[in-house]
Amino acid sequence: MDNPTTPSPAPANIPASAGVGRRTALKAVGATLGAAAFAKALAPLTEWAPNISVSEFLQKHYKQLGREELAAILARLEAETLERYGAEVHISDVPPQDDVQFAYALNLSICIGCRKCAEACHKENNHDRPSQQSYIRVLEMQKGSLDLEKGNAHYDHPVPQKDKFYMPVQCHQCDRPPCVSVCPVEATWKEKDGIVVVDYNWCIGCRYCEAACPYHARRFNWTTPSIPKEEVTPVQAYLSNRIRPQGVMEKCTFCLHRTRNGRLPACLEACPTGARVFGNLLDPDSEIRWVLENKRVFVLKEDVGTRPRFYYFFDE
Amino acid sequence: MSPAVAPVPVPADATPTPPWTHHFKDYARFLIRSLIRATDGGWLFYGWMTLLTAIALVGANAWAVQVRDGMGVTALSDHVSWGLYIANFTFFVGVAAGAVMMVIPAYLYHDESMHDVVIVGELLAVAAISVCLFFVTVDLGRPDRFWHLLPGLGRFNFPFSMLTWDVIVLWGYLLINLHISGYLLYTRFLGLRPNPRWYVPFVFLSIVWAISIHTVTAFLYCGLGGRPFWNTALLAPRFLTSAFVSGPAFIILALQVIRRVSSFHVGDGPIRTLVNVMRITILINLLMVASEVFTEFYAGGSHTASARYLYFGLHGHNALVPWIWTSVAFTTIAAILLLRPRITEHLVLLDIACVLAFIGLWIEKGMGLIVPGFVPSTLHELVEYLPNRTEWMISAGIWAFGLMIYTLALKIALPIFTGEFTLQSSPPATRPVTGQDTAASR
Ligand code: SF4
Ligand code: SF4
Repeated sequence: MDNPTTPSPAPANIPASAGVGRRTALKAVGATLGAAAFAKALAPLTEWAPNISVSEFLQKHYKQLGREELAAILARLEAETLERYGAEVHISDVPPQDDVQFAYALNLSICIGCRKCAEACHKENNHDRPSQQSYIRVLEMQKGSLDLEKGNAHYDHPVPQKDKFYMPVQCHQCDRPPCVSVCPVEATWKEKDGIVVVDYNWCIGCRYCEAACPYHARRFNWTTPSIPKEEVTPVQAYLSNRIRPQGVMEKCTFCLHRTRNGRLPACLEACPTGARVFGNLLDPDSEIRWVLENKRVFVLKEDVGTRPRFYYFFDE
Repeated sequence: MSPAVAPVPVPADATPTPPWTHHFKDYARFLIRSLIRATDGGWLFYGWMTLLTAIALVGANAWAVQVRDGMGVTALSDHVSWGLYIANFTFFVGVAAGAVMMVIPAYLYHDESMHDVVIVGELLAVAAISVCLFFVTVDLGRPDRFWHLLPGLGRFNFPFSMLTWDVIVLWGYLLINLHISGYLLYTRFLGLRPNPRWYVPFVFLSIVWAISIHTVTAFLYCGLGGRPFWNTALLAPRFLTSAFVSGPAFIILALQVIRRVSSFHVGDGPIRTLVNVMRITILINLLMVASEVFTEFYAGGSHTASARYLYFGLHGHNALVPWIWTSVAFTTIAAILLLRPRITEHLVLLDIACVLAFIGLWIEKGMGLIVPGFVPSTLHELVEYLPNRTEWMISAGIWAFGLMIYTLALKIALPIFTGEFTLQSSPPATRPVTGQDTAASR
């Protein structure tokens, strides 16, 4: 209501010559009123703009940042998290390693649909609490069919049901990711270890990638995420679980702040059945290699040509 | 701003000035007088502009709130992530492209009567493209990062992203049309004959470009393999055909308003030509819809779920069913009305046909195209969407703004074409002529 809005003066095109007619004067009044009304109408912007610092506004694309610039940005983001959420966090930049190609596999025979993975994701990735956001959606599927149309993501009853099986879906880190090709500003790209990431400070929020992804793997920040201070996961990375700003896209990053440091994804650690297998495809002794070599794995919607890195399999 | 301006002596009339200074002064005079003219009018005009301003204000306020509080204030969700804004965007690209249906007869077929009124179409293209750009902007979650889309400053995902292409072709089309209409108006204002070298090549470019804007906009959707409802080769041709209905429909209505409220002469010739265009395109459009519906429903399967949802509802979800049947009914009635051989003599019927066609296609190319692409979602969840108050307010604000642009542009352009408003003519009577003004214009 009481915003410091300065109505802009009447446009200079009204000539102030000696014989100003009544009409010209009226026009000037009209123009002034109009300009003032527009300033008033746009007043909510003045409450929003202070949230965006000049350095954030001018920030370059992640790939164009030098070491010092990046360090300064990380420090700024940490300070902002402290200021806005009251949480002390450490945000780092975790680059991909050489000779690593990540992949994930999921055993549909033993998944019980308990949604523990979705919950762990919700916490680990500092998702918005009220919307119960998570990068993982678990579908309850009819036994005997892989038709997604018969699946149901909103089941609300004890699991597992006898005639059902359960299929968690998250980002498949496609090798031909349509989300990356459609982004108009290159705010999302595939890293050399196979993980598809988003620069949350470069994304313009057009949601084209969300339309393009065949696996419904992307999430948009419809509002500023709200998380109680004590629930914020403090170990964060620029390209993964730091708290995202309002109006940008986010997605599963295979927990790169963990996995690039030799740990396992949060969803895998949370799974009570051991249905999830994660690892480096280039390591011949890894469990993921064993699964790919010994199980009959399949990928979802192979026909759309996305070449996922997320495999499903059943025990024979 | 710059203190250096004041001391510069105004050259007396006697001192010879280089021609470019003349141009500069004439051009400034053109702009200032246009502004004065554009804001002068009768009560009808002031009433109309006040109404539009009021609606635009409501829209601007709703948008500011949306930017502050996030897109969560809309009815959009992760399931249906594009809605009324993108629907409007898509449709108005069509309206802009449809304006070319005046340009083609005028310049390719040398239809003289069309030539006289073609400016009405060119200015419509300018207004419609502005509307499109507004709709894209209000759909962005981060409008403050708009500069990331600017070539040179930002990072352009070219040539892979169809959205990048769309940004280029839309701005291109806007500039081409601004150039053509600006050049024609300015030379006529000076009382000169426009030099064809300076605009005819651009007119031809604009014809090709009009096709490209709607084709690229179609590619935006049909290039997505994960959305079977959009993933059809027929999409771009369908876009073009419907554009060549909705554009002419709007122009026919506009021409009749112009006939009533101004002294600009609009003969029956242009209207007849546009009706002839619409007669054909509206039938082709219906044929394409029918062929698409057949393909979807005869074969069946889960990739046709969106079409089933759109036309008949799916598992009790049927929010779009009334919309699409309204569209089908409106376009069919319009097509039948247009088939009447003497429709151009029954202006009321013609107007009804144009309004029905315009609304019918607004639904078909908007809500009926964008929303079902998301319902069911790619994982076959059924989450419905209908626009909420915020989205309607913002959209209405943009329409009002577009109409304001169009009204003002016509207000300047038409008197120039009738010869009432030129460099020689005195400025509107309400404004006293100053001595300097008349001296300089000699
Ligand atoms: S699953 Fe979706 S978000 Fe993930 S890489 Fe593939 S297309 Fe992109
Ligand atoms: S929402 Fe962001 S990441 Fe997605 S396409 Fe648009 S700019 Fe790119």
